[in-house]
Amino acid sequence: MAISKTNKSKVVYTLLAWSISGMLFFPILWTMITSFKTEAEAISATPSLFMFEWTLENYTDVLARSPYFEHFLNSVIISLGASLLGLLIAIPAAWSMAFVQTKRTKNLLMWMLSTKMLPPVGVLIPIYLLFRDFGLLDTRLGLVIVMTLINLPIMVWMLYTYFREIPHEILEAARMDGAGIKEEIFHVLLPIALPGIASTLLLNVILAWNEAFWTLILTAANAAPLTAFIASYSSPEGLFYAKLSAASVMAVVPILILGWFSQKQLVRGLSFGAVK
Amino acid sequence: MGSITLKQVTKNFDEVNVIKPLDLHIRDGEFIVFVGPSGCGKSTLLRMIAGLEDTTSGSIDIDGEDATNMPPAKRGLAMVFQSYALYPHMSVRNNIAFPLKRAKVAPAVIEEKIEKAASMLNLTDYLDRKPGQLSGGQRQRVAIGRAIVRQPSAFLFDEPLSNLDASLRVNMRLEISQLHKSLATTMIYVTHDQVEAMTMADRIAVFNGGIIEQVGTPLELYQKPINRFVAGFIGSPKMNFIDVTPQGDDATCSLGVRPEHFKITEAKGLWTGKVGVIEHLGSETFLHVHVEGIGTLTVKADGDSPVSYGDVINLTAAQDKIMHFDAAGVTIPSLSWGETSAA
Repeated sequence: MAISKTNKSKVVYTLLAWSISGMLFFPILWTMITSFKTEAEAISATPSLFMFEWTLENYTDVLARSPYFEHFLNSVIISLGASLLGLLIAIPAAWSMAFVQTKRTKNLLMWMLSTKMLPPVGVLIPIYLLFRDFGLLDTRLGLVIVMTLINLPIMVWMLYTYFREIPHEILEAARMDGAGIKEEIFHVLLPIALPGIASTLLLNVILAWNEAFWTLILTAANAAPLTAFIASYSSPEGLFYAKLSAASVMAVVPILILGWFSQKQLVRGLSFGAVK
Repeated sequence: MGSITLKQVTKNFDEVNVIKPLDLHIRDGEFIVFVGPSGCGKSTLLRMIAGLEDTTSGSIDIDGEDATNMPPAKRGLAMVFQSYALYPHMSVRNNIAFPLKRAKVAPAVIEEKIEKAASMLNLTDYLDRKPGQLSGGQRQRVAIGRAIVRQPSAFLFDEPLSNLDASLRVNMRLEISQLHKSLATTMIYVTHDQVEAMTMADRIAVFNGGIIEQVGTPLELYQKPINRFVAGFIGSPKMNFIDVTPQGDDATCSLGVRPEHFKITEAKGLWTGKVGVIEHLGSETFLHVHVEGIGTLTVKADGDSPVSYGDVINLTAAQDKIMHFDAAGVTIPSLSWGETSAA
């Protein structure tokens, strides 16, 4: 039986998709596998994928040596705090840009987004000095502020895109019905834009969770999140690949689980606005 | 109460002047229709009355009070939008209750008003549904219900039927007219459809390029249009225009004859032409007749007209049914309907 052309291309595309996914996932898989190896096995010249002596020793060691749950709590507070604070600022900003547009709104949005193109190291010194002078070094509050500022342009952009999809007339109807700006936002805009707001929140929690540059520079012990916890296993005295892998897995798993359960929401949110 | 007075109202969008200085008095309880082609400023004026657009200059009085700078909610007006603008996340009940809740009306009163509006608009069975589960006509009725419960001093309709199919549009047209009769509240209705304007209005304001060309009852506009624009806009199919050369004291530059005012005669009439496309509607027939030197004229004939494609026919029209327009397109009343001034 001949295979039709469409079926052939389907097979090719499926294989291609699986190969790319495999390539992307392989480092994570390798890290996961390494986390169950002994240190000797982990640096072996002939690494084995599955045929080795599986051990949980790295996990027990990491948990015994470092305050994992403190770092975990810091990560939760910083990422969630920064995302919620960001929403608080981004929602009114996006509302005004979407519904009370001026000639310069587009330029302002582009300018906001352009700040994301600036290498973070460019503002390292001023931010470090500000943090030092305001006593924000190694504090959760400091990191919440910096993460909020870093992700704010993306939050405003995402929300702006969602809000633009909401017909103006619905908000005008609310205005005619006697709603003030506050009621218009809380009773009409937010409930309609809820899926978009949820995916904005989710994406920013993930971005803040994974952010390593500022967390490594601005924290030491008290406010150090999981990224700093991973980095602490890459020490100048020598690399402990297996323990580093175990720490990485423990840092990544919570956000991976969150991402897995919310993937539908994330995809829907990210593609919102692409198709009318 | 629901009288609205516009005094020298204008509107500019940046450098563009979309409403030129305009005066209009809308009487209490009147059904007035703003009609005109796209971009003529009719919707902008409605939105200015609603308070959704700022007024560049001039004033808007509602019930004798200056409302020019009042926020929309304080004007006591209700608006029905073209897209219905229902709150998609709320049930029909909550959609209708929304303005009452904003006005802090007691829950028992809200419930009573919802029931009353729902039974009036045949929505009782749909109160717990979301707008997404309703048909276009039902959604429009919910939008009207949301407007009614507020007991506004005037209703503003912004092309409310343009999203509905033809048969539903006829039904809703009737329902809105009946609603006006039973509520006796001022209604301002914007449309580009002159049939809607003619069938529903007490008075029609014909807009063109940011000005009101003429205000009058449907029959006044039909019988005594003050210029070529109004004459051509009101009536369906539109009036035929025939260019002529002014002779002596007669300044007529063009004649206007409505399709229904042509008579097909055996004897030679005013015009002779060859029949082209024929549109049979059953009750009437529209003939597109090509007349040498003039162009195509639309002629309304009986439903069982024996005329067929390619026939050469003679056309005439009663003198009092022929409009005369001068070089500026202004109607010459003395020649058009035997009066010395326009309506």
